[in-house]
Amino acid sequence: MQNPYLPYPVRIDEIVTETEDKNLKTFKLVFLNPADEEKFYYKAGQFAELSVAGKGEIPIGIASSPTEKGYIMFTVNKVGLVTTHLHSMKEGDVIGIRGPLGNSYPWDILQGKNIVIIGGGFAFTTLRSSIVYMLDPVMRPKFKDIHVIYGARSPEMLLYRDELAGWENSSDINMHITVDATDDPDWKYNTGFVPTITEQKALPGNAETYAIICGPPIMIKFTQPVLDKLDYAHDHIIMSLEMRMKCGIGMCGRCNIGKEFVCKDGPVFTLAQLDKMPKEF
Amino acid sequence: MNLGYTMKVVRIDKKNWVGDIENLSRSYRLFGPVKDDNFHRFEELDKDKLPDLDYFNTRLSPKSIVYPQSETMFEYCLDERKKDHHVMKEASKDYSQRAVIGIRPCDAAAFLLVKRNFDTPECKDPYWVKAYEATTFVGLACNNPHSACFCTTAGCGPFHEDGLDILLIDAGNHYFAKIITSKGENLLKAAGWDTKVDAGKEIESMKQNAETGITSFIATNKLKDKITADLFDAPFWEDMAFACINCGTCTYACPTCWCFDIQDEVHGCSGTRMRNWDSCMYPLFTLHGSGYNPRNTGMQRVRQRFMHKLKYYVDKYDNGIQCVGCGRCVSLCPVNIDIRKICNTMNSYEK
Ligand SMILES: Cc1cc2nc3c(=O)[nH]c(=O)nc-3n(C[C@H](O)[C@H](O)[C@H](O)COP(=O)(O)OP(=O)(O)OC[C@H]3O[C@@H](n4cnc5c(N)ncnc54)[C@H](O)[C@@H]3O)c2cc1C
Ligand code: SF4
Ligand code: SF4
Ligand code: FES
Repeated sequence: MQNPYLPYPVRIDEIVTETEDKNLKTFKLVFLNPADEEKFYYKAGQFAELSVAGKGEIPIGIASSPTEKGYIMFTVNKVGLVTTHLHSMKEGDVIGIRGPLGNSYPWDILQGKNIVIIGGGFAFTTLRSSIVYMLDPVMRPKFKDIHVIYGARSPEMLLYRDELAGWENSSDINMHITVDATDDPDWKYNTGFVPTITEQKALPGNAETYAIICGPPIMIKFTQPVLDKLDYAHDHIIMSLEMRMKCGIGMCGRCNIGKEFVCKDGPVFTLAQLDKMPKEF
Repeated sequence: MNLGYTMKVVRIDKKNWVGDIENLSRSYRLFGPVKDDNFHRFEELDKDKLPDLDYFNTRLSPKSIVYPQSETMFEYCLDERKKDHHVMKEASKDYSQRAVIGIRPCDAAAFLLVKRNFDTPECKDPYWVKAYEATTFVGLACNNPHSACFCTTAGCGPFHEDGLDILLIDAGNHYFAKIITSKGENLLKAAGWDTKVDAGKEIESMKQNAETGITSFIATNKLKDKITADLFDAPFWEDMAFACINCGTCTYACPTCWCFDIQDEVHGCSGTRMRNWDSCMYPLFTLHGSGYNPRNTGMQRVRQRFMHKLKYYVDKYDNGIQCVGCGRCVSLCPVNIDIRKICNTMNSYEK
């Protein structure tokens, strides 16, 4: 019997500090046993448990795309026990990863459609995975227009800034980067909250258009009415939820909303599914 | 595996009981109820220790025989000079065959309810599944049920057989042993029990007698058709939960509660990853790292417990409620919160 709790050992290959407050770091991990990489076959939107021996495990969205080979990437916000310890680790240190876990975004359904990605703060991780995946030369023809609305408090708090700049210059994708406020006179992009920019820039809702939203609760709360106004059907609005997790495989019982386990039945749900669930998240 | 034919019954003379248990202890790790001050609890029986079958039921359920309150999952070394440092290694475990003697039918049936969580087509919890498969369940029928027992309306009963491999029935100076599965048949051989008898009628009348001794009931027939959101938003939760002190006694004592936590423990340069029972009654159960907690109030946690047992479980598995009617939480709750009352309220609730 395979032990689903046993992490694959990985080495920290590279650490990048993403934001000026140094609270977000991206970790590039390489499998110690190359055969494990093949077993870790994932899709954009899934997550994994990062395992730090002596400290514990944390669920973190996979920020790399399945089209990027040779490593797996995660971006971690420093909040508590395990994340703080991770932030103090060095390149070459050994940790573990367990997964992939949960459901991805529904790529079968999304093919052939317009995709509007709406992200805020550090929840942009699996959205980065999705963008890189869709922009892969083999994948790009399978999608219609791709729009990305991504906001952070200030320019220094945006993740993956070099990549964002590259995407801005690409004709394959329409970027709408925004910050809450900035005193930088050279800021070339939008200012304003994500819901406002969504109202101005998002495609109107129709059968051919899906929105994927990931962000802090407050952003989701104010974006939802905007999408309603833009005529998005609730089964065309896709969200990824966060709950405290331990096992990540539907066994330990803590991440339920109603009868669904967010780790196993989610974390990706359509708004139509969430409408039917108890409001306890 | 259930034996398809008319069940075999053997008679076990109590005079030979000590020797029979000794026989069993040669091929099984044995577990059974033992007296501990004023209460009984299940524990592994040392050589020459007998299960004390003169008991009503244990305070804690026997779930720990398969699912210990605390168990080691992995071990690791933190010394960077050593090979494989920081790499998790499976902890060694004893999954040799074991038997529990004298488990009550409700507690054995509870394992089947929990199995739906730990043993699924997509994913199996190896610790639970291996321990469960290694165990032979020898039940003891309840001739004299307790006033808090409501098993007969919780999908179970004092002579209930599902989840058992053998059912023992105390008939004075002997036991009848009803052989239910092939696992039970194997245990029978190891014990040397071979006096076949035709006791069907006698057992049936004892069973009916026991069932009439159950005086407490719940109604569950309408739970399935209720709308989850209606029950979730029902006005009665504040009242129901008012007295709860979130002590967690109910979930720890419960044979069907399975929630756990995973924690690392470090001793010098080595460490273990442990799993420990946890409870939805505790605020930490759902607290996010950011400080946000979707179940911040005691009411929300009490509601989770009953909604899980009586609605979410019902909807998820379409196989009844997540409760076998053992009555432990009713007897042990320090503020008298009563699942029977809450179940009936939920069952009859109309928005
Ligand atoms: C599906 C999913 C994807 C996530 N993706 C990311 C990501 O890409 N980047 C990122 O920085 N954070 C992400 N998080 C949140 C991240 O898991 C928590 O911030 C992290 O677990 C906090 O751990 P800690 O030990 O530092 O905090 P502590 O507060 O010390 O937490 C102790 C333990 O509680 C659990 N826990 C605490 N908060 C959370 C939480 N919000 N969600 C789940 N478990 C929690 C963990 O098991 C943790 O080890 C994600 C959460 C989920 C559920
Ligand atoms: S009632 Fe609570 S502790 Fe028991 S299984 Fe359900 S969620 Fe877990
Ligand atoms: S035993 Fe009673 S008081 Fe304690 S958590 Fe359970 S319901 Fe609340
Ligand atoms: S994290 Fe354990 S059930 Fe979801």
